[in-house]
Amino acid sequence: MSAFAATFRRDLALMWGAGGGALAPLGFFLGATVLVPLAMGPDRALLQSAGPPLVWIAAALAVLATLERLFQADLEDGSLDQMLLSPAPLEIIVLAKGAALWVAIGLPLALAGAPAAVALQAPLERIPFVLLSLALGMATFIGVGLVGAAVTAGVKRGGVLIALIVLPFFAPPIIFGASVAAGEEIDAALLILTGIALGAAALGPIAAAAALRLQAE
Amino acid sequence: MQLLANPARFMSFSAWAAPACLVLALVLFAIGVPWALFFSPADYQQGETVRIMYVHVPAAWWALGVYTFMAAASFVALVWRHVLADVAARAAAPVGATFAAICLVTGSLWGAPTWGTWWEWDGRLTSMLVLFIIYLGYIALWSAIEEEEKAARLAAILCLAGFINIPIVHFSVDWWETLHQPASILRSGGASIHPTMLGPLFTMASAYLFLFGALAMMNMRAAIHRRRVEAARLRGSGA
Repeated sequence: MSAFAATFRRDLALMWGAGGGALAPLGFFLGATVLVPLAMGPDRALLQSAGPPLVWIAAALAVLATLERLFQADLEDGSLDQMLLSPAPLEIIVLAKGAALWVAIGLPLALAGAPAAVALQAPLERIPFVLLSLALGMATFIGVGLVGAAVTAGVKRGGVLIALIVLPFFAPPIIFGASVAAGEEIDAALLILTGIALGAAALGPIAAAAALRLQAE
Repeated sequence: MQLLANPARFMSFSAWAAPACLVLALVLFAIGVPWALFFSPADYQQGETVRIMYVHVPAAWWALGVYTFMAAASFVALVWRHVLADVAARAAAPVGATFAAICLVTGSLWGAPTWGTWWEWDGRLTSMLVLFIIYLGYIALWSAIEEEEKAARLAAILCLAGFINIPIVHFSVDWWETLHQPASILRSGGASIHPTMLGPLFTMASAYLFLFGALAMMNMRAAIHRRRVEAARLRGSGA
């Protein structure tokens, strides 16, 4: 089995088995979505115009919570050293971890975005686009988050630090994803989101692997 | 740059260069501020409020310029393991962050009378705010990691990752609908700003530059002193 497949299966098993998988981030996402109309007031027209893009805020925060522990556990128990010793490039292993995170947590969050967007008064015909945009956005969040997680892996209680580092890079996917959620310029926004997601998926693991090599010293 | 890789040689260089830069900066401010505030023409549209430009624009230029300097220093630190490059990047960061903050605050003060709003979420302002947050994250990362060598390399990676924002800030006024004025100096076709305004503007910009040089060198000297104290302490306790 290739290193990619082995790491992918290991991380999937770890995420689904131990921590309850996607349940905690989903719960966070649900809670954050509930807070939106509580803050905005129940005015239907206001929610209809401003509500759906806020799904993106809740999704970004939910995935941020899972990024903190991504490399910390491997650093602490020595798995990172094993990954460095393997003949496969560390970039591929990191990509596998990111892919596993996307499948185990990113996609469920994207799917949960559908009922959340409906609850925030998005029209039904927009929902498939919202779903697609969230899936792409999750790939971007994870690609960028890999770098942030790798750079802060050794820091105790680094949760706030990783948020500070990674949030500026969350801005582009949120801008274009919110545009899709609001129903404006959907085609263009989806194309740009795809480009950003591919870029983040390609470049994130490279920077993250460089940072991880430094962490293991 | 290779000349300055030796910390001892950098210290003797900066012993005179830092005060010289500071004096130059003060002289240029002494010339530039009265020129900008009193002896330059008012704008045909904005009247006297255009004078904020002489504080706002150089701060914006050098907020971007300092980050570019940090990115270059980070690259040199990572690739060539240059001894002082990461010290230089860390020393430059607070100065650049302050310039970005000055740009944002003075821009807001300028926007209130001229645009009718204190803030607008357009491309230029948002990307400039993002630059400020990236500065903060960089500074926070240095403080968060205990071993200085590891912190230096990780911060270098972060700085390079954030460099993508610099062209976004510069070209944001071309790519998106924006309240902000389009590029007036660095544009094809030459500067579109009136020559009588270029004089005080470039004077203030030079003043900011020498201020940055002085402050960055002072920070670097402090960092090198701190390292020497730490090394001496380790030697004293180890022996």
